[in-house]
Amino acid sequence: MRTAITSLISGILFGAGLALGGMTDPARVRGFLDIFGDWDPTLAFVMGGAVIVMAIAWRIVPRMAGPLFTGEFHLPTKSDLTPRLIGGAALFGVGWGIAGLCPGPGIAALVIEPASAAIFVVAMLAGMAVVRFTEGASS
Amino acid sequence: MTLPGFPEAAPLAGLVGGVLIGLAAAVMLLGLGRIAGVSGLAAKAVGLGGSGIVSGGAWMFVIGLPLGALVVMLASGGIDATFASPAALAIAGLVVGIGTRLGSGCTSGHGVCGVSRLSARSIVATLTFMATGIATVAIMNALGLEGL
Repeated sequence: MRTAITSLISGILFGAGLALGGMTDPARVRGFLDIFGDWDPTLAFVMGGAVIVMAIAWRIVPRMAGPLFTGEFHLPTKSDLTPRLIGGAALFGVGWGIAGLCPGPGIAALVIEPASAAIFVVAMLAGMAVVRFTEGASS
Repeated sequence: MTLPGFPEAAPLAGLVGGVLIGLAAAVMLLGLGRIAGVSGLAAKAVGLGGSGIVSGGAWMFVIGLPLGALVVMLASGGIDATFASPAALAIAGLVVGIGTRLGSGCTSGHGVCGVSRLSARSIVATLTFMATGIATVAIMNALGLEGL
């Protein structure tokens, strides 16, 4: 129950931050990526604000015996720079550039422009399913 | 508040929004010991994560995203949003879905959580998706496809 409530609070804060920061407007996101044209730097402030808060949170982690509401930390441990990581990130960037949406804003926008956001989200889940079922449990 | 030379930019709203996103990720990290990576949590919510198990916690996070946007929408009286065509959204969604699973994350997991942890994988991933995103927009604009 505490996991569910904590997850919901995190999601609500996250969605509110995306909407307030302008990330749920694909035109603004594409404006941020348009550095050779009519550049809109707003998203640099969004990322900066988020990274500063999280940098503080990461400093707190080593001082904790465990997370506040569950048994232990489940954090990524990989450190190798693989072709899969770089190729996947490159592909993601292409999709981000085409529509100006990444996963969080796509899902949050379901209440802003439901039909458009739903097309993106369903296609995204289909893409995830493609990876899942072509690679099985290894992904 | 505006930035000189950038009349369209909303730096203060951006910064406040970013701080909220950071707090959301901090709640997930310090409360549950997990990364608030939206692509990973969305996959887990529908049983497409590594374990294949549908995660209730992930569902709650994913449901929270539109709820949070709804609060801002109701409080501010509406959110500006201009979306691409259905075909572009479908292609982009598919590519984002494949790319984020292969690349183990997106703007939130790598860009916010990983970069702030100074993870080499996340810094490389973030620089990579920023570069291809910038290139994609530049190429589309050069080809006259910006209204796609």
